[in-house]
Amino acid sequence: MGEEVKVFGYWASPYSYRAELALKLKGVSYEYINEDIFGNKSDLLLKYNPVHKKVPVLLHNGKPIVESLVILEYIEETWKHNPYLPQDPYDKSTARFWIKFIDEKCFPTLWLAAWSAENEREKVTNEACEYLKTLESALNGKKFFGGETIGMVDIVASSVGYFIRVTQEIMGQNLLSADKFPQLFQWSEDFANCSIVKESLPPRDKLLPFVKGLIAKYQQDNAKA
Amino acid sequence: MAEEVVLLDFWPSPFGMRSRIALAEKGIKYEHKEEDLRNKSALLLQMNPVHKKIPVLIHNGKPVCESLIQVQYIDEVWHDKAPLLPSDPYQKATARFWADYVDKKIYEVGGRVWKTKGEKQATAKKELIETLKLLEKELGDKPYFGGESLGYVDVAFIPFYSWFYALEKCGNFSIEAECPKLIAWAKRCMQKESVAKSLPDQQKVYDFILEMKKHFGIE
Repeated sequence: MGEEVKVFGYWASPYSYRAELALKLKGVSYEYINEDIFGNKSDLLLKYNPVHKKVPVLLHNGKPIVESLVILEYIEETWKHNPYLPQDPYDKSTARFWIKFIDEKCFPTLWLAAWSAENEREKVTNEACEYLKTLESALNGKKFFGGETIGMVDIVASSVGYFIRVTQEIMGQNLLSADKFPQLFQWSEDFANCSIVKESLPPRDKLLPFVKGLIAKYQQDNAKA
Repeated sequence: MAEEVVLLDFWPSPFGMRSRIALAEKGIKYEHKEEDLRNKSALLLQMNPVHKKIPVLIHNGKPVCESLIQVQYIDEVWHDKAPLLPSDPYQKATARFWADYVDKKIYEVGGRVWKTKGEKQATAKKELIETLKLLEKELGDKPYFGGESLGYVDVAFIPFYSWFYALEKCGNFSIEAECPKLIAWAKRCMQKESVAKSLPDQQKVYDFILEMKKHFGIE
């Protein structure tokens, strides 16, 4: 059957990246459409995601699926080979727990630590470190969160393992360091070195100036507020 | 094998209610343990060390945390009876989307309705009605979000109905006036034993909110 798979994304978005990596892990071909999310969102994007008006949007045979975590579950259920979620319901629930933790606590706090005002930064940074410590415990001696191979938790954790590390570089912070979090640091190296990940991540030299500009914007907006 | 199911809970928690409903829908016998959130039990701290929150579902000694994760787990383990999520991946994704929407919006916006006054409260009320209207639109003419029977979104959303009376009193507005179809849906859900037995009395919830307001020094 001719599958029509499209991803509406943004090249620098960690959320958009999750959808693309998942499709690549499944070996599913797709058409990628880069949305100008800071400028002019396309009519198609607004049509396919009227509620949130955000990327990523996965379009499968004309039907839209939105929200990166919902997209990841959909991809897993639709293309059943190369599974990235465990089969066992308990192990599945554990994976979902860590995914939620990364998405709601870990990643947002780390991002906040990058651009928050001077007087709040220490408190947020301490919170972020606590979350990193907890996240590291989820690795529990494994190479990847998914075990021997990349799983759904790893896909989501790319936000921390790659995008946040780039952010840290810009801010001269080194929260995710080899001496503070050796296991997590090693994981982020191993993850970024996987060929399928390496070829799909947005390039560092492009991402650095972009994130720098974004942080400046956040700081500006925050100062005005 | 004898199944041992325990739910660590707190009676007014809409999140706890979700798991209560799911367990009741599946006809699962379980031990319900009420937590005092000002004095959390050793068991709770042991079973949910990361968040230290309820609800926690403990199945044969192993904890599952986060209410929607619990509902999915219950649906997957006891898959023979009363399925909550559709089997079609696209319909499942739609259900997950709306449950996520409820999660992102209702608790936070609803919270602002009872915690704030004046302009902030007016904004919160407006946002809440907009959110409820969108959900009402998604429901359409279906008896339940799940279609002909109670589904994942119904389970995710109906617990907040027990808080409506309290929100209406605090905000001095009528949700039914703005969203009559949604209230009709809620009353339809309440006809089900699994829901009626899982939701607390609305007056009790209002009294609880008043106590919370006093405790936090909110007028």
